[in-house]
Amino acid sequence: MLAQSPPYFEHDADIGIIGRGTTVEQAFEAGAHAVFAIITNLDVVQPKSAVTFEFEEADSEFAFVTWLNLLLGKSRELGMVFSRFHVQHWDNRWRAEVLGEKWHVGLERGVEVKGATLTMLSLKHAGSIWEARCIVDV
Amino acid sequence: MNLNQLHQLQPYLWCLPRQPGETRAEVMLYGSAPLLVSMDDKVLEQVANVACLPGLAGAAMTMPDAHWGYGFPIGGVAAFDAEQGGVISAGGVGFDISCGIRCLRSNLTVHDATPSFTRLADTLFQTIPAGVGEEGHIKLNTAEIDQVLQEGAHWAVRQGYGNTADLEYIEERGCIGGAVPDHVSELAKKRQRGEMGTLGSGNHYLEVQVVERIYDPAAALAFGLHEGQIVISIHCGSRGLGHQIGTEYLLMLAKAASRLGIRLPNRELACAPIKSPEGQQYIGAMNAAINCALANRQILTHLTRTAFTEIYPHAELETLFDVSHNTCKVETHKIDGKSRLLHVHRKGATRAFGPGHLLLPERYRTVGQPVVIGGSMGTGSYILAGTSGNQAFASASHGAGRAMSRHQASARWQGRALISELAQLGILIRTRSMRGAAEEAPGAYKDVDLVAEATEQAGLARRVAFLRPKVCVKG
Repeated sequence: MLAQSPPYFEHDADIGIIGRGTTVEQAFEAGAHAVFAIITNLDVVQPKSAVTFEFEEADSEFAFVTWLNLLLGKSRELGMVFSRFHVQHWDNRWRAEVLGEKWHVGLERGVEVKGATLTMLSLKHAGSIWEARCIVDV
Repeated sequence: MNLNQLHQLQPYLWCLPRQPGETRAEVMLYGSAPLLVSMDDKVLEQVANVACLPGLAGAAMTMPDAHWGYGFPIGGVAAFDAEQGGVISAGGVGFDISCGIRCLRSNLTVHDATPSFTRLADTLFQTIPAGVGEEGHIKLNTAEIDQVLQEGAHWAVRQGYGNTADLEYIEERGCIGGAVPDHVSELAKKRQRGEMGTLGSGNHYLEVQVVERIYDPAAALAFGLHEGQIVISIHCGSRGLGHQIGTEYLLMLAKAASRLGIRLPNRELACAPIKSPEGQQYIGAMNAAINCALANRQILTHLTRTAFTEIYPHAELETLFDVSHNTCKVETHKIDGKSRLLHVHRKGATRAFGPGHLLLPERYRTVGQPVVIGGSMGTGSYILAGTSGNQAFASASHGAGRAMSRHQASARWQGRALISELAQLGILIRTRSMRGAAEEAPGAYKDVDLVAEATEQAGLARRVAFLRPKVCVKG
């Protein structure tokens, strides 16, 4: 059911992204996948290099936006695109490990994502599913 | 948008009446009935929320090209008075701080240039780094980035990108004061190291256009425009640095607002009082990003000249004007006959000073500021001039505005087929992103003619020239 649900929703100028999972962490990881799938075709991005980072955020919705924006920042800083996403959290601390590779001619050029916004930002738990969503600026 | 909720004040000006007990400021919407009907209801919701913010001077407004944004609507204008507890909002500026258009006029005519358009398109595509993941040839360390953030286009000219004559025709003469590089994070600076002189992606472009029609001969003469002339428009902003500042401060200001007791109708309106430490910090960082954008467009101007002279050895490209449409600037405006110093947010809106304004270059002072309404890659763009009667804090439209979402557009068009269709119409597209091309299909945008006409009829700016695209490098 999770795989069949579209990870995007409509917005006039930008794009709404959705991440779903059975845990908050999985929802965050799925949200990151939706963001980077706007940038390139993730099926061909090899997990050649790992990047780790940590951040503190008490508000889980703000943490979703921070997570996505740190990923986008690291991606641009390192000239990389990420395709595998892992995040863990305890208390207010979030620890991430993501894998990907440097841009090269074999990767599809999609559309640059400038950042994740607070617009339509939500993190909800319904049944056994967590769903995180927000608008990303492209 | 349902027009029944609005009250029409003038043929191209509407307001949203306040309900009993509603304490927000006035909301004004510029545009024709068809343009307003085509807008999402979210535009009205967003601009009404802006009207609830503290210290708003006059009304919260939208331009004829408004569409649903984040926080403020795109095409939104709002001015705040620091002395009245007014706020600065990161969402009111946008992530691509100082995104704007540099317009260059050439000494070439379409007759001279057409035989070499294919070579020109290929050369521009090789010369201008464009698209997601593309870095520029300029690599800067943190100290050099700090210089860019302090000096703007002046830094670029000192490095040999363009000339001092360009600076006169850039807003703020190429460098805004009040930039504080220390208020820009290390990550933001790292993101920018390889991104100076890059176009970006999405709706950013470099377009070679022909002046197809002159509406206002006197203003066209002042702007150095004539029918059949080749001009170039470069649409981009402050790149990764601006995006990072936008994302970081959006969150910081959202937290600050609740700490400082500002009741936000929606937290996407993240803001802080202009006089607060948080507000001042954002303003310093935002001004740094404005300088980054001005430097970026200056470098792209130089790269464009390099490509042109390779194809047309006698080509001369002069800066007509460089105007930003995602900013907050400190300006003096009259409200109820009284001059007030205001922080004017323009998110997807262009400054449009009227004739006689002292900040305009002398060459344009009698006709008003050049204003660019960028259209889609298949239709065209307009150059307008600021008017004296503008009641929207000297603001005007900035583009056609999207008529459908990116997802809808990419489902409806295919990039390669679209590029072939446009080539049949004599418009050469160069892009690394077929998906991006589909999302930017001309049919995904509103009719730019209607936007330009409404902008003129509303008294925001008057049409000077229509530009038809011939070559477009898309990000």
